[in-house]
Amino acid sequence: MNRAETKTRAGESVATSVFPSRRRPRSWVRVLIYAFLLAGALAAVTPFVYMIMTSLKTYGSVINNNIWPWFPFGDEPLQFNNYAEAIDRIGFDKAWGVPLFVRYLANSIIMSSVIVGGVLITSILAAYVLARMQVPGKNLVFLFILATIMIPPDLTLVPKVVMMFNLKWYNTYLALSVPFLTSVFAIFLLRQFFMQIPKDLYDAARMDGAGHLRFLFFIVVPLSKPAIFTVALLNFIWAWDSFKWPLLVTRDNNMRVLAVGLQQFLAGEGGTNVQFLMAFATLVVLPIVILYFFTQKYFTEGVITTGLKG
Amino acid sequence: MNSESALGARFGSGLEPERVAVCWSDPGDRAESRNGMVSQTIDKPAALVRQQSATRLWRRLREIGLGYLLLAPALLILLVFDIFPLFYGLYISMCDWRLSCVKFVGADNYVRALNDPAMWHALGITATYSFLTVPLQLGLALLVAYLLFQNIRGKSAFRVAFFLPYVTSTVASAAVWAYLYSPDKGLFNNILKTLGLPPLKWLGEPGGVFQLVANNFGVNLPNWADGPSLALIAVLLYGSWVFLGYDVAIFLAGLGNIPRELYDAAKVDGASGWALFRHITFPLLSPTTFFLLILTVIGTFQAFNHIYVMTLGGPGDATKTASIFIFEQLFQFNRYGYSAALSFILFFVILLLTIAQNRAAKNRVVYE
Repeated sequence: MNRAETKTRAGESVATSVFPSRRRPRSWVRVLIYAFLLAGALAAVTPFVYMIMTSLKTYGSVINNNIWPWFPFGDEPLQFNNYAEAIDRIGFDKAWGVPLFVRYLANSIIMSSVIVGGVLITSILAAYVLARMQVPGKNLVFLFILATIMIPPDLTLVPKVVMMFNLKWYNTYLALSVPFLTSVFAIFLLRQFFMQIPKDLYDAARMDGAGHLRFLFFIVVPLSKPAIFTVALLNFIWAWDSFKWPLLVTRDNNMRVLAVGLQQFLAGEGGTNVQFLMAFATLVVLPIVILYFFTQKYFTEGVITTGLKG
Repeated sequence: MNSESALGARFGSGLEPERVAVCWSDPGDRAESRNGMVSQTIDKPAALVRQQSATRLWRRLREIGLGYLLLAPALLILLVFDIFPLFYGLYISMCDWRLSCVKFVGADNYVRALNDPAMWHALGITATYSFLTVPLQLGLALLVAYLLFQNIRGKSAFRVAFFLPYVTSTVASAAVWAYLYSPDKGLFNNILKTLGLPPLKWLGEPGGVFQLVANNFGVNLPNWADGPSLALIAVLLYGSWVFLGYDVAIFLAGLGNIPRELYDAAKVDGASGWALFRHITFPLLSPTTFFLLILTVIGTFQAFNHIYVMTLGGPGDATKTASIFIFEQLFQFNRYGYSAALSFILFFVILLLTIAQNRAAKNRVVYE
């Protein structure tokens, strides 16, 4: 497994430049290749297009299965109002005096940011010790940390839920975020990155009187920005996507995160008024898609180097 | 301490300039610079050496202390929320658990699970789901990756498109797919209609796919030949749609790692096309394939989110995989002990499968 990871990591940079046949394939083969890839790409993107299209239709057009009710095949205007209506129908949070959707959004942002912040702090500190400091028992600690990957999160779901009840964290932000404040993959990735920072830099810093902490925060961290950014990005996406755990440890509607709120809406109102459901789904997907388009280089590289999320 | 000694060096009690210079160039720790200066003017007495090694020991201890202090937050989280729950879960699985362990029942929950036809059914569904997903998803991904690896235009645009489903929120895209599968207004049935085919119930269809095909010819297949339910196939298509881009990215990286000279050498020997793929690409890609195989099996055996969103395990229990079954026992019936025991059984199954794959791959995976 390790082997595969290191292999793929080295390969990524090669993939785009060097290639088995420098000659272009024959023209009819090329047409076939493009046709197949285009069909695939279309299949990947179509559901999103369909989602946005449906979110802009009237209920009548959805029911009548009218695929394109707009100009030039129909005279329906784009129903941007669906978004306001959807947010209205999702409900209202009396505690904060805002629409429930806003509360869901706030909950998702709070949960994801706390997790990302926690993961960054705990894993940067731990990774630095493992990469740079002379501490007896360090290798044993590293092995221990790696071994915890073997414990799948689902295996410990029941005891963790029970713990949330015992700690009186059930239905709070603590339950949503605290269990995920560190990440073995983040520690692993950052440790690899920190080890590549030349030792001379550390010696130089010591000459200038800097201790470990100052060296870490003023030299190592700034030098590791790409790796840290990748870790932050991936953890944000995973936290944003989490569904099972928030569903299990929250009870009140105003403690739900977006993913859970969307699923509940699908099971209720959204099952009939599909245009509202699609508007809701679009609002959930949009921030992530925008983030992805701006950062897709970090994304793909991060996923490949860590090789995770089966 | 540092600044203090530096100050002392600069303005300190009547030191000559040269001595100050020596102090500044001392490569050792500043804290020792005073001693360092003294030791240059007089011979080191034994007491001073002792004092120096004491400082060194003290610094060493401080570094160790700092090291563990920095490790502590990560270790604490892992201990409390990964290691401890492992044992706590084992304990809960041996209990009749109602808010607390009202009765220690030993292996009862496990025995009950092994005698529960619902559990075996769930495991069967899970295995079907996994064994159908693996070839479909990995086969398609390999094909797409291989094509993307050719000398063609627009590579990165294709990659972005293929990767998109993987990054978007699972619940949102699963909700969209549930709509695409809807019998009366979904995209899939629209396509079937355009092709002049009868509409299908997709996620609402518990019937086996082979039987559905046979129906068109008025044939009634025996039960064992019904095939996997259409609902399961529909769920599985979504799963492959999500993970295809991820697998393609990993395969592409693996392909980039195969040395070019091997292809050149083979071409000199007259190999081309399929032979190149069969005898060079495929074997040299085997570590990547194996890695993805393990990941996909583990992933599919724990598949939950999209299945829960699209079908809740239904219709009937046509898509009730092990993960859904375990979740239901916990979430709906509050059977903590039973659910914990089931989690351990599922983990054990996955572990055995992983070990079996490792064994099977031993002679087939080529590491150059």
